[in-house]
Amino acid sequence: MSEKSYRDAVRDALREELIRDERVLILGEEVGVWGGTYAVTRSLYDEFGGKRIIDTPIAEAAIIGAAVGAAMGGLRPVAELMTINFSLEAMDQIVNNAAKIHFMFGGQMKVPLVIRTPAGWGQLAATHSQSFEAWFAHLPGLIVAMPGTPYDAKGMLKTAIRSDNPVMFIEHARLYGVKGDVPDGEYTVPLGVPDIKRAGGDITIVTYSRMLHVALAAAEELSRDGIECEIVDLRTLRPLNMSKVYDSVVKTHRALVLEEDWTTCGMGAEIAARIGRDRFDFLDAPVERLGQIEVPVPYARNLEALMFPDEKLVVQRVREMLS
Amino acid sequence: MATNVILPSLGFDMTEGTLSRWLKKEGDRVEKGEAIAEIETEKATVEIAAAVSGVLAGIIVTAGQTVPTGTVIGTIVDAGGKPREAEAPPAATVSSPGGAQAPPSAAQGSTPGPAEPAATQGVRKSETAPVEDRIKASPVARRMARDAGIDLASIQGSGPDGRVMERDVRAAIDSKPTGPAHPEGTAPQPGTPARLSKMRQAIARRMAESKATAPHFYMTVDVNMDEAMRVREQMNRFASDTAKISINDMIVSATARTLAKFPTMNASYRDGNLVEHSQINIGIAVALEDGLISPVLRDADRKSLKTIAEESKALSERARAGRLRSEDLGSGTFTISNLGMFEVNEFIAIINPPEAAILAVGAVIPRPVAVDGEVRVAFQMKATLSVDHRVADGAQAGRFLREVRRRLENPVALLAD
Repeated sequence: MSEKSYRDAVRDALREELIRDERVLILGEEVGVWGGTYAVTRSLYDEFGGKRIIDTPIAEAAIIGAAVGAAMGGLRPVAELMTINFSLEAMDQIVNNAAKIHFMFGGQMKVPLVIRTPAGWGQLAATHSQSFEAWFAHLPGLIVAMPGTPYDAKGMLKTAIRSDNPVMFIEHARLYGVKGDVPDGEYTVPLGVPDIKRAGGDITIVTYSRMLHVALAAAEELSRDGIECEIVDLRTLRPLNMSKVYDSVVKTHRALVLEEDWTTCGMGAEIAARIGRDRFDFLDAPVERLGQIEVPVPYARNLEALMFPDEKLVVQRVREMLS
Repeated sequence: MATNVILPSLGFDMTEGTLSRWLKKEGDRVEKGEAIAEIETEKATVEIAAAVSGVLAGIIVTAGQTVPTGTVIGTIVDAGGKPREAEAPPAATVSSPGGAQAPPSAAQGSTPGPAEPAATQGVRKSETAPVEDRIKASPVARRMARDAGIDLASIQGSGPDGRVMERDVRAAIDSKPTGPAHPEGTAPQPGTPARLSKMRQAIARRMAESKATAPHFYMTVDVNMDEAMRVREQMNRFASDTAKISINDMIVSATARTLAKFPTMNASYRDGNLVEHSQINIGIAVALEDGLISPVLRDADRKSLKTIAEESKALSERARAGRLRSEDLGSGTFTISNLGMFEVNEFIAIINPPEAAILAVGAVIPRPVAVDGEVRVAFQMKATLSVDHRVADGAQAGRFLREVRRRLENPVALLAD
């Protein structure tokens, strides 16, 4: 076991899979010589060369289109979209090709494609500060992974690359520097399996990606007052496996969904609906959601800071729910 | 033109009320005086009548919401008039000739879409419409209570709006007696606490408040009711059922007319001030199945005995049917409580705050009395006055009570308007 950053954990997964399977290749903007805008693919070009680490034009539809074709043809492409905001340019390829080809052609073709892309914000203004995970989780045919720790990022990316299905692998710009324990040897983490990141009996916080860390900090604070939060890290948003959430709600009778995205029609809406339907008799309070304020993200730093739920807000909301 | 429907104040100390339900929908035609909504006060459910005829246009406060008195809860417009937006601010009758001015809003600058919060609020309103008479309980509390065989209604909810929560059911289960009998020498097992009705809770609070804040003193007089009984019998001999006069109507009339001469007794003590009330509104205590209520007979000093009889009868009927109107409650300035029908000789009543006094009346009973040095049998009635000593002293109260007695003993004067 050694301590690694999220960035290094993702790079290790890519490198190990590039070594393990020669069908694996990486393509995207600046992923080769430059080493990636967030330096995730740094040094891979030197090690594996331009045929497997491919710099593409600034044309997201072409990146995903080429990757879908390569996957159908038998390769295992890992396409990088510089940020999830640029997925909008590739939406038709993702929604209508990557997610549907296996279905539309009676299973004759597979699309073993991974699209790696970071969500996140940090004075990137309205058009470059988005998450969009709910957009992709809405779509049958896609797997949507959104790991929150270096351990999960590495293990889940390896599983994603080995999966025969298209995976939207959403990282987070503000998580790349976060460090955590990662095993030295080979391991994988399954897709579609949530993880209890902290056990507690008073309230269930359902979350994923960067908000996991906000939840953990809030739980620590609340614990000083004897309020014990159980934190369920979804890790995969589609397929959405609710079993751990349900088990937790049966225990705590209360759930708060913490997401970084806008809440309207978001993951929290889906999770609240499922808890309400499947564990109605165990609820002691309505399922609450906490997410981004419903306006475009402003550029000004002081306004931007008000946009996203932080530890204080989570603590406050949990206290309200328990009062 | 739009007329606002206001949540009325039904008493000096009423600061807020809960709109329990609308009796009319948006778009419904309403007639002046017609009941359009019900509000729930501490003591009763009261109807709000339309102040004008028209069409109920904007419902601003929805069922279940608690708002301060004076809040605009809806609007009535002329038939065919333009309905107002339900979301519009209550006092938004801005008449600027050059067109409405947009309120300054930071959101309406460079942002293309409309600000989100308005839509969110709209959704929330419809979501909170309560189901009538349903006990509020969380799903897990319901399930636990069902499993444990505990009636949810017997549990006091500690959650939002009195919602029964898991912790409440757990506490109820824990306090449920389990053993067959308690060991000898220990205190008896407490019964399962039953939640008091809103009315009982209000009575509990107000009576405790009265005794705690108003220093009471008491005085009792014997009233010879021979004349009153005779006059009443004569009057009722030719009266229809609705116009029949009761002894209590005569007491109300005599008291009200006396109060007109003793403004101090028709007053309230408030923060070092004495507030003399301009109206004489007599609260008549009416016993109900689960408590009591004092609907108010307004301007009782200016009403004929016949009018008092009719109104008093209608009031107590509405009170027993739970159909009191907003104008029937609150703003009482003096209360009369009569337990004569229970053959009570005399009793002492607690002042109904913020009033200054209350008259407790016992039964009219034939008793031997000394008249002109001889023992005779006469109809006698004991009346006990409780007075707030902050408002009046014994001498004032004594003079007042003596005049009430004289008026009752000379009842023909009550017939003069």
